[in-house]
Amino acid sequence: MLGKLAARTPFSLDARGWTIAAVAIAAMVLAPVVSLVAIAARGSGDLWPHLARYVLPYAIYDTTMLLAGVGVIVVVIGVGTAWLVATCRFPGRDFFDWALLLPLAVPTYIVAFAYLDVLHPLGPIQSAMRWLLGIDDPRGFWLPDVRSLGGCIIVLGFVLYPYVYLAARALFLMQSAPALEVARTLGAGRARTFFGVALPLARPAIVVGTTLALLEALNDIGASQFLGVHTLTVSIYATWLNRSSLPGAAQIALVMLAAVIVLVLLERWARRRQRFAGGGRRSHPPSPVELGGFAAAGAFFACLLPILIGFVIPAAQLTHEAWTRLSEFGLSPQILIEARNSVGFAAVATAVALMLGIVLAYAARLDRSGLATTAARAASLGYAIPGTVLAVGLLMPLATFDNALDAAFRQLFGIGTGLLISGSGAALVLAYVIRFLAISAGGVEAGFAKISLSLDSAARSLGESAGGTVRRVHLPLLGPALGSAAILVFVDCMKELPATLLLRPFGFETLATHIYAEVARGTYEDGAVAALMIVLVGLGPVVLLARMSRPMLVLSGRTNGSQDFSAAKSR
Amino acid sequence: MNRPSCTRRVLFAAALATALPVAVHAQEVNLYTTREAGLIQPLLDAFTTDTKVKVNSIFIKDGLAERVKAEGTNSPADVLMTVDIGNLMDTADQGVTQPVQSEALSGAVPAHLRDPQGNWFALSLRARLVYTSKDRVKDTAITYEALADPKWKGKICIRSGQHPYNIALTAAYIVHHGADKAEAWLRGIKANLARKAAGGDREVARDILGGICDIGVGNSYYVGLMRSGKGGPEQVKWGDAINVLLPTFEKGGTHVNVSGAAVARHAPNKANAVKLLEYLVSNDAQALYAQANFEYPVRPSAKVDPIIATLGTLKTDTVDLRAVAKARKTASELMDEVGFDH
Repeated sequence: MLGKLAARTPFSLDARGWTIAAVAIAAMVLAPVVSLVAIAARGSGDLWPHLARYVLPYAIYDTTMLLAGVGVIVVVIGVGTAWLVATCRFPGRDFFDWALLLPLAVPTYIVAFAYLDVLHPLGPIQSAMRWLLGIDDPRGFWLPDVRSLGGCIIVLGFVLYPYVYLAARALFLMQSAPALEVARTLGAGRARTFFGVALPLARPAIVVGTTLALLEALNDIGASQFLGVHTLTVSIYATWLNRSSLPGAAQIALVMLAAVIVLVLLERWARRRQRFAGGGRRSHPPSPVELGGFAAAGAFFACLLPILIGFVIPAAQLTHEAWTRLSEFGLSPQILIEARNSVGFAAVATAVALMLGIVLAYAARLDRSGLATTAARAASLGYAIPGTVLAVGLLMPLATFDNALDAAFRQLFGIGTGLLISGSGAALVLAYVIRFLAISAGGVEAGFAKISLSLDSAARSLGESAGGTVRRVHLPLLGPALGSAAILVFVDCMKELPATLLLRPFGFETLATHIYAEVARGTYEDGAVAALMIVLVGLGPVVLLARMSRPMLVLSGRTNGSQDFSAAKSR
Repeated sequence: MNRPSCTRRVLFAAALATALPVAVHAQEVNLYTTREAGLIQPLLDAFTTDTKVKVNSIFIKDGLAERVKAEGTNSPADVLMTVDIGNLMDTADQGVTQPVQSEALSGAVPAHLRDPQGNWFALSLRARLVYTSKDRVKDTAITYEALADPKWKGKICIRSGQHPYNIALTAAYIVHHGADKAEAWLRGIKANLARKAAGGDREVARDILGGICDIGVGNSYYVGLMRSGKGGPEQVKWGDAINVLLPTFEKGGTHVNVSGAAVARHAPNKANAVKLLEYLVSNDAQALYAQANFEYPVRPSAKVDPIIATLGTLKTDTVDLRAVAKARKTASELMDEVGFDH
């Protein structure tokens, strides 16, 4: 009976439940934002004239330059290497294919510390150069200081480009092969094929990857502050901590969030007329072009350089420091417990984020009214707020809930529940989920976009419920998309610091908080062992990601042109 | 009759056990600290050995007061420990502390280093000093005012102007000379910088060794941490590359800042919280502060570490730290106005 009904009105019947769930998830993500609005509304006195005159001009300049610089680096490297790896054959290609993802495993602040050591006049590079040039005095020769806007751009750019690489590579591998071949047959050269066909086709995916990378850069506090770059995020901290104005800090954060939303909307508006429809069937992979001679050498070094700068050099520095510490102090058993904590919490948060991501994406697929789609986009806002600010925003609603529950239990049963969520690891899981839901929801949506709606109709007309369709039809097809989203979320949770620091329960340390404690003590080198553990634990998933991502890697992209799923992720 | 299975009972018990916070243990105290807990662990261990009271600590950087405030009456926090006079007084201003009256505390901590109502107490002192290159600088004494002297053009290293240590130093300058002179002073230092105001205090010593600068500003305990080898072998070289001067204000002494603590407003273990604070200002603990962290004890009778003693006798600046804390906002704004960090 029900099956027949469902067949007649294919999606509307139980779409409502999914939409309600999506709206509830969005409400959960928006809770800290609402609480920030409440904090901001307390008023910040005479803060803004000062900000407008002395702080914002510089902060906006630094932020703009940083984002522009990082944007250029991540797009050039991410797209360039993805194109080479996806469409050419040259020595080392199979290695670069996964190795280009390695910088994902290293937290940005760690890379900043490592580079300060490596490039310092007393560090290995300058010492070697002085030795080569026969200069004794360190004052006789030195390189530009890494503590600068340029230094910060390079550090962040070379660590964050994998977001773009991952997205662009998926698209080059899967989507554009037939289109590219048509272009080539019509006589377009390689360059023209790339700029005229492949790049526009890949634009939504590149935008998604770039947005993720730029939001990371925007919200970064560790590397920027350490390298002396005064971004808006650094100004938020200074306003909060030195001028004791949390409302002022919340106001700046909200203005920044609004700016992010406007920029994302503008980009979507700019390509509103672009529609690329692919077929419902899987296209065959593009046949790679054999490179030889200079071209092969060029491709080799173009792929090697980002791995060297983004991974090998900082990892070598960490290994060196970790080795020194290990041989002197041994491996602390504490670190193993911390590693277990990091992995455990990241895993739970990843599972939850993935489940919620599936609900959001499927609700958006079912609901044609746009409410669920809006909810899915709103649920991605957590990624656009600096971590500590998000955590502060989360404190209030969590503790209010806890205290209300406690009071109710005391009244009803004479027994208190205490701080049920904020006093336990649940707060941390919630914070991770809110922060990284953008990644999982976006990844899942992009995966759904590749599944033809006719499959849904077929399943439903055969009597399957909406939930059953997801379970028995979509999930098996979504495998690779879920996998890559899961790994990105997992690695990001492992690296997450500010929210972990503020929201973790008593007596609970992770690798990231361990490193931060050492940094706070001024002995970041002592944190090298923990930092290396983060890199090692992060490496596994990254390699796994690369393995399973061929030939079906789906971070983003689309085949059915009617809806722009992939861009939702950038919100 | 359907009797609940054993598994179910176990599950129920487990659910209860996770849901209910650990019953307040008779002999423990919960410490929220913005000081990295490893630094004070020797003190906490000694306290536990002495009193059999277990210390649970959590290191939180920014947002400690916000967290305690949000937790409200259910907060497990007993003692709130923080660094920098501004942060300490901010914590009290947020209403998350409670007044404590204790002979042991008021007897040990000089009146200007604690809140008159007992909402906070300083526990240790750190001085803001000047590091100079052993090879390239001959000066053996300096004033804070002289850091703006053009003779140091291109030769000064310092961390971010917005860092609490530099904000407090500038705030003290404002208390001494007023905001206008402080602004001119900051502009003078800014013009003398050898590199961006960034990084940490230890990098100042390292940059002096690396030849980037000749003179810089850093806290006293870093000298001990570097020279003792506690920060690792390479830092011994940094510490040995510098001479350390105890600068003074022209009409005052050396600027000091504090680390301190307060009893949380809703402390579930208040008696133990007071016990911990009293222990931290005892002779034994104050000596440990000096040994383990190279800080200046807050208790006048306690001795400093030998490495710190070689730096010279500390003549503490006379201005009231509470006035310094109040001038912090102006100091932070002046930093922006002169573009110190750009």
